[in-house]
Amino acid sequence: MDTQSLEGGFSNPALQSATAFRGVMEAMARPATVHVLQDAQPPAPLSVAAGVVLLTLCDTDTPIYLAGDVDCCAVRDWITFHTGAPICAASDCAYAFGTWEALMPLSVFPIGTSEYPDRSATLVVEMPELRLEGATLTGPGIQDEAHFAVPDVSAFQTNAAQFPLGLDFFFTCGDRLAALPRSTEVR
Amino acid sequence: MTDYNFAYLDEQTKRMIRRAILKGLAIPGYQVPFASREMPMPYGWGTGGVQVSAAVLTPEDRFKVIDQGADDTTNAVSIRKFFEHTAGVATTTKTAEATVIQTRHRIPEADLGEGQILVYQVPIPEPLRFLEPRESETRKMHSLEEYGLMHVKLYEDISRHGHIATAYAYPVKVEARYVMDPSPIPKFDNPKLSNSPAIQLFGAGREQRIYALPPYTRVTSLDFEDHPFDPSKADHPCGLCAAEDSYLDEVIVDDAGGRMFVCSDTDFCEARQNAGHKGKDAA
Repeated sequence: MDTQSLEGGFSNPALQSATAFRGVMEAMARPATVHVLQDAQPPAPLSVAAGVVLLTLCDTDTPIYLAGDVDCCAVRDWITFHTGAPICAASDCAYAFGTWEALMPLSVFPIGTSEYPDRSATLVVEMPELRLEGATLTGPGIQDEAHFAVPDVSAFQTNAAQFPLGLDFFFTCGDRLAALPRSTEVR
Repeated sequence: MTDYNFAYLDEQTKRMIRRAILKGLAIPGYQVPFASREMPMPYGWGTGGVQVSAAVLTPEDRFKVIDQGADDTTNAVSIRKFFEHTAGVATTTKTAEATVIQTRHRIPEADLGEGQILVYQVPIPEPLRFLEPRESETRKMHSLEEYGLMHVKLYEDISRHGHIATAYAYPVKVEARYVMDPSPIPKFDNPKLSNSPAIQLFGAGREQRIYALPPYTRVTSLDFEDHPFDPSKADHPCGLCAAEDSYLDEVIVDDAGGRMFVCSDTDFCEARQNAGHKGKDAA
């Protein structure tokens, strides 16, 4: 473990995580709106926004699955030092990080049970860009309709069809974040 | 600054509450269990709402607390002071200026906006609890969307009283899926739950549940075709500000049967009085 993994966390966790959570919550409450997160410098290939989500929401109670390139020594050490979150398999995770391709297939992630639909995974998907165009979104948090370039329309239709079970998604790109909860209908 | 961590709770507790809030927003109307902490106030005084507020507050927020619509009652004053002391946030009594509003049993009269968060204090989060005391059963009923019992209860109201006699904590259905207890707000406030631009969060401390309504969520009050939902209120104007469209408290003013009706929302009433509106009981 080199000293790099000790850097890049919140310098004032109480205040910075409070501010960050408001962005994260607004994103989840209003699907397909973009929010800027800052104050963390996670090791590559984690984006700043993904790093802030990690520091704000993850700790020893949240098993994390790292998919593809983010499953590297630098990221694992950084997560362990800053959050203490255990790294686990996709089927046991509360949070998962990676690109869309690396996270496939979605069917392995926990979607909750009919009595406890909250016991489901939240996927933090690293995107090349966040574009507010393309697929049409409707549902709670969206006044009329919103648009977002989702990686795969049919995957989100399948996810929404399982409601109230399902996965919730954050999309990150650099320091920007958007969300798509299971309640959103994608066309 | 104080010796408390920002907003009193430790960081791990806030992360746990924040994760519950996010799942609540993703599944509108579903009650997310959370590990409620003991707070420095008794159960029934808003420990759930306080924990939710502590998890969402930032130093830049302007915080308002109301108890039955009033900013100046014991519960509201003590919770406002609690966060002034532990979070150092600015506070206000003006609805329009507040970014986070913690409420006990009312929704403010003034329309809420996109930047606002309304935090409800909830005593009994389970709408089916008085019909079915077992948590294992009510959980199953929610999972199976088995809400017939609730309609039977409303029907029994009609057969006994001729109308649906439930006047507060009137059950609602969220996005045609979960039946939800809107906390003991008067049914007059129920229409304001639906399609609100603000984020609405509900915290029940003793019962250890958090649930949420994202903005622009469809919330319908349960009713029957031949007995449609009626958000009624006392049929009087406010005695102090003459408002015809606000929710009123009945106040006994002497021991000879004298009474007056005044707005339960003190900020709304004061603003109207300052604007020159005058009711028949105004000094």
